[in-house]
Amino acid sequence: MNRKSIAVAIGATACAAVPWIITNDYFVNLASQILIYALLALSLNLLLGYGGMVSLGHAAFLGLTGYSTILLVLAGHDQLTTAILSVVFSTACGALFGVLALRASGIGFLMITLALGQIVWGIAYRANELTGGDNGLTLPARPVPFGIDINSASNFYHFTLIVFAIALFCIWRMTRSPFGAALCGTRDQPRRMSMLGHNVWMIQWLTFVIASFWGSISGLLYIYYNLFMSPHAISLQQSAEALLMAILGGATTLSGPIVGAVIITIVKNVVSTYIERWNILLGLIFVIVIMFMPNGLVPGCRQLWQSIQSRRKAPAPETKSASEPAP
Amino acid sequence: MQWQFWIVQTLNSVSFGGLLFLLSSGFSLAFGLMRIPNLAHGAFFMLGAYFGATVVYFGGDFWLAALAAGVGVGIVGIALERFILRPLAGNVQGQVLVTLGISFIIADVCLLVWTGDPWTVPAPPAMRRPLLVAGFAFPTYRLVVVVIALVAAVALYFLMERTRLGAMIRAGVDDMEMARGVGIPVSLLFTVVFLLGAVLAGAAGAFGGPILNAYPGLDADMLPLALIVVILGGAGSLLGAFVGSFIVGFLYNFGIALFPDLAYFILFLPMLLVLVFMPQGLFGRAAP
Repeated sequence: MNRKSIAVAIGATACAAVPWIITNDYFVNLASQILIYALLALSLNLLLGYGGMVSLGHAAFLGLTGYSTILLVLAGHDQLTTAILSVVFSTACGALFGVLALRASGIGFLMITLALGQIVWGIAYRANELTGGDNGLTLPARPVPFGIDINSASNFYHFTLIVFAIALFCIWRMTRSPFGAALCGTRDQPRRMSMLGHNVWMIQWLTFVIASFWGSISGLLYIYYNLFMSPHAISLQQSAEALLMAILGGATTLSGPIVGAVIITIVKNVVSTYIERWNILLGLIFVIVIMFMPNGLVPGCRQLWQSIQSRRKAPAPETKSASEPAP
Repeated sequence: MQWQFWIVQTLNSVSFGGLLFLLSSGFSLAFGLMRIPNLAHGAFFMLGAYFGATVVYFGGDFWLAALAAGVGVGIVGIALERFILRPLAGNVQGQVLVTLGISFIIADVCLLVWTGDPWTVPAPPAMRRPLLVAGFAFPTYRLVVVVIALVAAVALYFLMERTRLGAMIRAGVDDMEMARGVGIPVSLLFTVVFLLGAVLAGAAGAFGGPILNAYPGLDADMLPLALIVVILGGAGSLLGAFVGSFIVGFLYNFGIALFPDLAYFILFLPMLLVLVFMPQGLFGRAAP
């Protein structure tokens, strides 16, 4: 076993032990929330960090999965069928959104995803008969996977952790696969990639679909955690928060979005106990991070660590720069 | 009765389209020139609506309210461009995200200052009485908004097509490198166009007050509409913004009147068609 796998094992054990270390339900629930948002940010980061595509509509998948889960359960389907159908539905919407958004690149992509996300929000908000409008909808109960009750805070945390770990492993494998390398290639040199015979559009579209799939999975966890869905959960702020998590942590790294999710979720929870409004702070963090820390914390710290270790004047090797949208 | 419905809805659509034109023309020009969509534009509109409502509340004249809204939002716009966007020059992605962050700040400050209750803005007294033409009662104020939008459209047309400034802006939209090369102060143009967009958005907010009211979330309602106008019309095209505004105005208004649940979805259709068949928008130029 090398050092890295030992570190992973220690990290996994520590994560699994969280409910026994902190016994307070509030904090265990906070940890579950962090995992849910971390998965959302991770899935978004496949587009943002690895694909160089800035999506501002990612919360749509939270909403598509959440609403379809509730509606299917209310229609009398069992939880397993519901979960599968709603994820399939949400991912299929993602496939369609991807076709539309990839008609443009760079800023055009951003605008189309924003408009699509706002349309999903608008339907959730306006289609009163279907979605309950502003009042939202309630899921009657959490599922009972394999006969295990996940209603208690620590059981739910472990459920979330298992799903998260599977997702993280899959995403990690994907970024290390030839496909992941090709994806980074389309981000940095789309023309060369297509000259080399790669189908740039297909790579980007598949990434969009995969990102919407994992976004939908986090939506499933979200709805199981909250048992409630309202348009506020899928507003532009939510998409922007997920984006901020990825950028704050460092979009070009795998761990960046997780770090970002930990920080943002904790800050949000701490702040909202003192003041009612989180948006001013969200906006300020956004502006400050983008102006002064464009590469995010993880690459920043890594750079610092390298320069401490080498003690040389020469600047640390540039980590992959924040991708620039194709002209 | 049925006739009445169609005529009134048509007028509503045209006046809403006019408002959208005031909102999105500046947005489109700034987008075409600076290559960034200003995601704070919806927040500018809302800020303008609140400024206007406040001036009217304190007994100010309606035109004064529109002026104050334009100037006030213009100052915010200049500050945003000079102190926040300028240091990020070259980082398009960062600039866009910063404008989004700013829009959250503006929206929350509005909520703090003007509270969560909607501010209704009365139309100016002279325009409250409906205009009777051939037995139909037309809301006078909405007609006035249409006239204002048309005047603004003509003025912008002359600015863009007949003045030196307009020629420089068009040159910048078409080919920024060349424009710089022949000595056009492009970075100054950025400020001018951004200011123009902010002033127009602020004034549009004030004019929109009597129709839409000023309420929290107005920004999030308007921004997607402006985005869709620009996706439809093409960035940097005044004609595109004009046509796109009225298309969206009609679809949105009739959508809300006829299928209230699906109003947003109906907007989605023309966007989809344009994206599939003309990704540059109806009047946009292909990216170089």
